[in-house]
Amino acid sequence: MAYLLRLFFYGVLVRTVVLFVLGLNVRHRERLPVKGPAILAANHNSHLDAMALISLLPLRLLPRVRPVAAADYFLTNKLLAWFALDVVGIVPLNRVRADAREDVLAPIATALERGDILIFFPEGSRGEPEQLAEFKTGLARIAERRPDVPVVPVFTHGLGKALPKGKWLIVPFFVDIFVGEPLRFECDRAAYMQRFRETMQALANEEKHSDWT
Amino acid sequence: MNLHLWIPPAVLWTFGAIVALLVVATGVVAAMRRGDGGDRHAELAARVKSWWVLVVVFAIAISFRRSVAIAFFAVLSFLALKEYFSLIPTRRADRGVLFWAYLAVPLQYVWVGMHWYNLFLIFIPVWAFLWIAMLMVIRGETKDFLRAAGTIHWGLMTMVFGLSHLAYLLVLPDGKAIPAHGAALLLFVVLLTELNDVAQYVWGKTLGRRKVIEKVSPKKTLEGLIGGALTTMFLAYFLAPYLTPLTRGDSIAVGLMIGIGGFLGDVTISAVKRDIGVKDSGSMIPGHGGILDRIDSLLFTGPLFFHFMAFFYF
Repeated sequence: MAYLLRLFFYGVLVRTVVLFVLGLNVRHRERLPVKGPAILAANHNSHLDAMALISLLPLRLLPRVRPVAAADYFLTNKLLAWFALDVVGIVPLNRVRADAREDVLAPIATALERGDILIFFPEGSRGEPEQLAEFKTGLARIAERRPDVPVVPVFTHGLGKALPKGKWLIVPFFVDIFVGEPLRFECDRAAYMQRFRETMQALANEEKHSDWT
Repeated sequence: MNLHLWIPPAVLWTFGAIVALLVVATGVVAAMRRGDGGDRHAELAARVKSWWVLVVVFAIAISFRRSVAIAFFAVLSFLALKEYFSLIPTRRADRGVLFWAYLAVPLQYVWVGMHWYNLFLIFIPVWAFLWIAMLMVIRGETKDFLRAAGTIHWGLMTMVFGLSHLAYLLVLPDGKAIPAHGAALLLFVVLLTELNDVAQYVWGKTLGRRKVIEKVSPKKTLEGLIGGALTTMFLAYFLAPYLTPLTRGDSIAVGLMIGIGGFLGDVTISAVKRDIGVKDSGSMIPGHGGILDRIDSLLFTGPLFFHFMAFFYF
């Protein structure tokens, strides 16, 4: 039942909004993963980010696709928690450790163990529309734990204009989605994050996007 | 099964002729690709393939019900306006204003469906114009105010007001004694505009030498323009008796108008794209670019043809 609801949510509602109301310009679609486990790592400007990325993948993968989302934001009340966990299908992540020994990345490791395709936002929060914030090293920590899992960098532009932080009304804009080559962890977290940053910058530079002020 | 088409037989036959033309074009391109080997004509092939899709979608959209045909143009206006708003620099303060601008799309087509001619004519030039300016002033952001107000309204005038003239052709003949059918008028102007694009391209490729408007569109030549316009006049002269109430003389005038108007629409959108610094307006139609790249000529020929008909015939 919950899965049917989820199928309706992503298969009908989300796809109508993302593909008709917005509209995607996808480049290098062939670089997307065709099976799990895998991670799509994207810049984060809007609640629509995860929706757009999930719409890139075929519906038959839907049972495997889960966005990683902040537990402190999405699990604050019962209704929102039900919606986030059962319909959106998030993997909840504690952004702050409750105590020094807590392994905050454990839910992600478990999901990858199951063979899930995770949508991950290394910036940690949505930030200013259409601006890249600092990428946190959580991504490198996950990659270090599971060096066999491909991490696909994805740059998006336009979703922060369509639905920025703090707004509820969606205004239609075409969205650019540029998919990068999958990254693999080699030995060093800092070097890994550096490669991720460079890949994202190179994808961003594929098209001239004016600042949104 | 009984299909209830609202279009007259002449429109159906014309669609048949278009399909025959596409079959020939597909065959020629396949032969060219085989002759050359390699991928020199890959884009041409993608273009012809897209033409098939466009023709089928357009035929389905206008054949069954008038309301469906009007809704089709509303969707087209929405997509074109969205492409335009996504290309131009917009201000963050105007996010809500753009939402109101989008609302003009369904409203404008409701006036078409209601045959409300006066409101159809003044809604965007007067009401939307003033309303958008008011909303922007209330928000109070004055930096780049004039640029933003001007570009937003330019988008509404071309993508919504301009395009909606094509839909109004569908309701024009109602209650008039002239034997004309809206779908036939619509097919006439759309077909001639698109054939004019192709003819200008072909004449320009084969005979083109003299640049005609180099700063805007370096590939456009005088030979392409004249050859295309003459071809379109010729086609208009032969097609008009089947699809329109135009007299022989008027059909030649309309052919010339579509030939030149199509060229102007094309180079106007080229100027916009050059100003912004992009080559294609999008990637929705393989081999063509975006919606704007395909409908650019119609933005001029639609209103021109409509007002020619409205003034002399209705």
